[in-house]
Amino acid sequence: MAEYFTLFMGAVIVNNFVLTRFLGLCIFFGVSKNLNASIGMGMAVTSVMTLSSILAWVVYNYILQPFGLTFLTTVVFVVLIASFVQLLEMIIKKHAPALYNMWGIYLVLIATNCIVLGVPLLNSESNFGFMKSVVHAIGSGVGFALAIILMASLREKLQYADVPKSLQGLGIAFILAGMLALSFFGFSGMIAL
Amino acid sequence: MKLWDIFYKGIFEQNPIFRLALSLCPALAVTSTVMNALAMGLSVLFVITANNVVVSIFRKCVNPKVRVPVYITSIATIVTVVQLVLQAFLPVLYKELSIYLALIVVFAIILARAEVFAAKNGVIPSMFDGLGMGAGFAGAMVLIGAIRELFGAGTILGVSIFGAAYNPALIMILPPGGFILIGLMIASFNLMGEYQAKAKAKAAGRSEA
Repeated sequence: MAEYFTLFMGAVIVNNFVLTRFLGLCIFFGVSKNLNASIGMGMAVTSVMTLSSILAWVVYNYILQPFGLTFLTTVVFVVLIASFVQLLEMIIKKHAPALYNMWGIYLVLIATNCIVLGVPLLNSESNFGFMKSVVHAIGSGVGFALAIILMASLREKLQYADVPKSLQGLGIAFILAGMLALSFFGFSGMIAL
Repeated sequence: MKLWDIFYKGIFEQNPIFRLALSLCPALAVTSTVMNALAMGLSVLFVITANNVVVSIFRKCVNPKVRVPVYITSIATIVTVVQLVLQAFLPVLYKELSIYLALIVVFAIILARAEVFAAKNGVIPSMFDGLGMGAGFAGAMVLIGAIRELFGAGTILGVSIFGAAYNPALIMILPPGGFILIGLMIASFNLMGEYQAKAKAKAAGRSEA
């Protein structure tokens, strides 16, 4: 149990995917202008990442490994996850239109995203078991949600600040992310992985 | 001349990292040393060029409805080739780049070039477009890598520049330094663009008068 807890906290705080591994930056900067949107995005990423990690784990351990096809991992994971997200989008659109109106746009954005692909790849590379993969995926998703919500809150405040013209937009956002990353660095070494 | 223009626009005017802010994603994680940045940049250069060529060869027989899955499969195949080659000949480098190499698949820039350029143009212009964009990308990566390695470790490609007396600013190698540096570089690119636009406007005004 302690092992899973360490893995989870490690993924959320110490090895935060956005702030220490640079994964998921496109949506991190793209969607963090608005707090509500970033909450929706955080939730969408967490759930999609968990589901696709499960799927990828099954495919990797029951198809790719037994048949010695691990060199195809990249191709298979990309196609698998992209089509899974598309399918999820269709199902939600048909059966839960209200949910689709809230979340649909985020699903389209994350269909082929570095973070959603990165977690299953890391899981298979570190040979995680089923439970570990799931815990790792949830932890990474929560970590992403935490980072993007913090970032959105900061950027909403930033609108009232007087930023030099050339720094406006992405420039200042990156510097802000750097400071956020610096503060997260205070946690490093807390959990040794 | 026209091919040169196609090539050149990727390097400054539409530089994939600083100008379009596309695919800044995971690539930046490996810019902590020049060597890694160069390896990543060249891998991307190869993938984007090869993919542009493949897409433009098959542009007439791919149904527009399924084009994105086709592009993604093509990119993933080329990336797998790069992975296998690096794994076989440069295993140390392969280990350092680890999953970031596989993540080239989802770089927005590659899909964007396939969609915007290669799907509408012939093989040769597409190849030059890929080479230009790839070179712009690799150049930016190496530049970031050089600054981070120089200040973070006092070396370039492992050769000491500042001598033993230099106390390295470790933050530059760590992720926070990377973020802050890129923010400043985007800002300086914007500033340069502003000056150029101003100079152009001035020149235009003078010729009218």
